[in-house]
Amino acid sequence: MTLHPTTPDFKDNAHQALHDPELQKALGHVQHGFIYKRQSAVERLPEFETLRESARDLKNHVLQNLDLYLETYERNVTSSGGQVHFARTSAEACETIVNICKSHGAKSVTKGKSMVSEEIGLNAAIEAAGMQAVETDLGEYIIQLRGETPSHIIAPAVHLTKEQVEGDFRRVHTHLDGARDLSEPVQLLTEARGVLREKFLAADVGITGANFLVAETGTSIIVTNEGNGDLTQSLPKVHIVIASIEKIVPTLEDASLLLRVLARSATGQDMSVYTTLSTGPRRPQDPDGPEHYHVVLVDNGRSAMLGTEFEDMLRCIRCGACMNHCPVYHAIGGHAYGWVYPGPMGAVMTPSLIGVEKGGHLPNASTFCGRCESVCPVKIPLPKLMRHWRENEFERHLTPAVQRFGLKIWGFFAKNPRLYSFATRAAMTTLAWLGRDKGRFASLPLAKGWTDYRDLPAPQGDTFQAQWRKRQQEARR
Amino acid sequence: MSPASARPRVGLFATCLVDLFRPSVGFAAAKLLEEAGCEVLVPPQTCCGQPAFNSGDRLSARDLALQVMDAFSGCDYIVAPSGSCTGQMVKHFPELFDEPQLAMRARAFAAKTFELVSFLTDVLKVTSVEATYEGRVTYHDSCSGLRELGIQSQPRALLATVKGLELVEMKESDVCCGFGGTFAAKYGEISDAIVTKKTAHVSESGAPLLLAGDLGCLMNMAGKITRQGKEIDVRHVAEVLAGMCDEPPIAARKEMRR
Repeated sequence: MTLHPTTPDFKDNAHQALHDPELQKALGHVQHGFIYKRQSAVERLPEFETLRESARDLKNHVLQNLDLYLETYERNVTSSGGQVHFARTSAEACETIVNICKSHGAKSVTKGKSMVSEEIGLNAAIEAAGMQAVETDLGEYIIQLRGETPSHIIAPAVHLTKEQVEGDFRRVHTHLDGARDLSEPVQLLTEARGVLREKFLAADVGITGANFLVAETGTSIIVTNEGNGDLTQSLPKVHIVIASIEKIVPTLEDASLLLRVLARSATGQDMSVYTTLSTGPRRPQDPDGPEHYHVVLVDNGRSAMLGTEFEDMLRCIRCGACMNHCPVYHAIGGHAYGWVYPGPMGAVMTPSLIGVEKGGHLPNASTFCGRCESVCPVKIPLPKLMRHWRENEFERHLTPAVQRFGLKIWGFFAKNPRLYSFATRAAMTTLAWLGRDKGRFASLPLAKGWTDYRDLPAPQGDTFQAQWRKRQQEARR
Repeated sequence: MSPASARPRVGLFATCLVDLFRPSVGFAAAKLLEEAGCEVLVPPQTCCGQPAFNSGDRLSARDLALQVMDAFSGCDYIVAPSGSCTGQMVKHFPELFDEPQLAMRARAFAAKTFELVSFLTDVLKVTSVEATYEGRVTYHDSCSGLRELGIQSQPRALLATVKGLELVEMKESDVCCGFGGTFAAKYGEISDAIVTKKTAHVSESGAPLLLAGDLGCLMNMAGKITRQGKEIDVRHVAEVLAGMCDEPPIAARKEMRR
């Protein structure tokens, strides 16, 4: 699926999402399950806060020395018999992967979950080259059946109810006996597992993402809860790892630090069920493994973020905690964001990768409640980074004219206290008089954005400062 | 040192919303501060610059920050009945200046600036208030106060000393009400979905009075509550702590007082 951003239509997307009863039902799970589980996992680990600081410092160190670690990583992949390909853009990355698949005469390609593969539109490229791409993560598999993109970076099908999934399986899995009960998640899982087993065995190439790339050993690490990553990478004769450049960590020890915060932040597990390390192709003494091992390292705009006010964003380890705790994400789900990365991390990443001209709504559609930053395992100051995008827009005159005009007027009065006092006293006494009967306004010109949804409380009367001055004068008399 | 000169000179930063919409919160704040032994000053003031700062207009935010620092330069402390505006002054003023002199000045200003309730408890060591309120209340933790300044236990501690008052916690009191400054108007529909969840939690608590420490959040929640026709009053926490509930609740008419 190519990823044409619908981010410029964010408001329409959000409107539709708010009026989609199935979506709203499905979103209920995000709002409670993830949060509660993370909270209890964090409470079980007294040093969690310290680990967040260490994780932040580690990722900062990597970003400051990224070239060094990338070269070390490449050297160690090569010495273990693998090959590293650097791709500057989406197109280069897709081309590299398609060429590897073609050179092995591949017909069928299995994939573990990888957000960067969504970012570069890999499935579409594989299919355009005449091969079949099969997603093996259950959530990814479901959305692939539906022709959708992930709505969450770790729970791609979180926007669906189990009834919708049952409907999709009955539609696509034509072998299914109509009488078979598929009403429970475990029954759906069993059905998917049966179908996917055949695909695993038939695959010529397996593609996985990476949670971490370990420089000292040339190892890629993925975590899954389904074990699909293991089958994807060990059964086919070719294994391709696709990862973005900031996934590097110096040592295995460092990877274990990040693993300690990753699953706890993501799903509230102490560890994901499977943590799979892969280093090069199968060695003679190995019982199984691929014959060929490739790593495609994708830049696609990331190196341009280094050294800018957005560098902090490259610490992200893609746990999804920010979106799990985001009131805006809870309200509208992930698809409304219109591109690959939703939620607060998406609100910073999307303008960085597709441009603020297209992605500009996202850093604005935040209440700055700060809950995302408070749970981020690598302490990314997400509201601050969103504010940097707003500054960027303001400087480039991309801020909507009405807002700009309003700010200008407000700024003019705020910077002139005497004028401010005069104008606000006049305005507030008038408004107070107009609203004296009800104490509020059900509609008010220029305040439609507010009064369409809620009443505007009426002011009490004269301003506080004016009343205070009066009282001080009376007291002196 | 004479007792008079030992009284800390506290500059009350009323905040725009209190100044314009609900002066009674300013008087409640002043009363609480005076009762705790402070001399309260209200220098001519406008806005802390947060709307400009959060809209990306950094230059205006800087101008307003300088204006605030000038206006309150004679004060020992600066206190505001808002976690949001205090967050701007404490956390963000220092970020606005790269010039060493100005940055130092902003940090020094930030160090003596506090949100009202936490100033009472944490700086003045106030442990109880002389107020009475008969009935149950529920308290919403406004985001900036909670996450930028760590205000959570302080208002609850003081509310516990109000005679007759029973605090009942709503579900998810620490989740955003959907206000977010200009967000509420720019993304009104999303804001509405968020505040609708919030008012449902307020209703479920069963408390007939909702309190919080930020007038922005309070106006958002009160405006939704009246639009929904719910029988719940909304007030700033300072009004209850100061025993000043004579004015009608937010967004309510005079005769609607309950």
